[in-house]
Amino acid sequence: MECYEDDVPHVLAVDDNLVDRKLVERLLKSSSCRVTTAENGMRALEYLGLRDNNQQSGFNGKGSKVNMIITDYCMPGMTGYELLQKIKESSFFKEVPVVIMSSENIPTRINECLEKGAETFMLKPLKLADVKKLRHQLTKCEN
Amino acid sequence: MAAVPQLQRQFIEYTTSLYNEGYLDDQFTQLQKLQDESNPDFVVEVVSLFFEDSEKLLNNLATALQQNIVDYKQVDSHVHQFKGSSSSIGAQRVTSVCVLFRNCCEEKNLDGCLRCLQQLKHEYINVRSKLEALFRLEQQILQAGGSIPMME
Repeated sequence: MECYEDDVPHVLAVDDNLVDRKLVERLLKSSSCRVTTAENGMRALEYLGLRDNNQQSGFNGKGSKVNMIITDYCMPGMTGYELLQKIKESSFFKEVPVVIMSSENIPTRINECLEKGAETFMLKPLKLADVKKLRHQLTKCEN
Repeated sequence: MAAVPQLQRQFIEYTTSLYNEGYLDDQFTQLQKLQDESNPDFVVEVVSLFFEDSEKLLNNLATALQQNIVDYKQVDSHVHQFKGSSSSIGAQRVTSVCVLFRNCCEEKNLDGCLRCLQQLKHEYINVRSKLEALFRLEQQILQAGGSIPMME
């Protein structure tokens, strides 16, 4: 298993809601993650270098590898599910765990995401305990 | 200037009342837990974002409901945003109104929506003034050299 850059996982958090973006960023940082936020699916794909099915390097300009993607489900333009699909279609990113968040507890939605390969589904609003659990799942760095 | 212990007691009483009266719920406590020495203003920052966001949404809602042909999907989408952000900061009463509001959208009930918008404005203004009062109390405690009591 690869080590994380600087020993901390780098998480890409995608959410169109400004308040939620701020919250998820702080939650992840408090769990010792490096965080990059994106306000929608398109921006997330751009960051990953996957815009327009561009499968080149998978690294953005700064070359920061992403260890996990956490995304809201309901977003304008591209839903979290559609973003998940695009990520799973990418040979470069399909192994990156993708977590879906939603304020709505809809079993068909949850199953749909899990079947598409989402790592897990989290109900909003997010709490410290939720993120701590997630962080545990991410601890893979061997020294 | 009031003494620190008195201010702290005031703070505890006020905060407790906000929870008891349903203005705030446990999610607000989650925000407070995320505040520390390296992020001393986190709660104020998130809540300020909520205020800005809310005011925009209230305007958007008013505009959307004034259209000759109301686009209920658009209205619902604004309410969904409002529900999300209010729930994320623990503004329970605001979130509750949003739930009712979404039902009115689904029923395409214009009167219901207009009533909900009024209620939403009312609850938002209430929670905003209460949170502002809470933050002022915090400032008073800090300025008097005290520390903010931790609420369990």
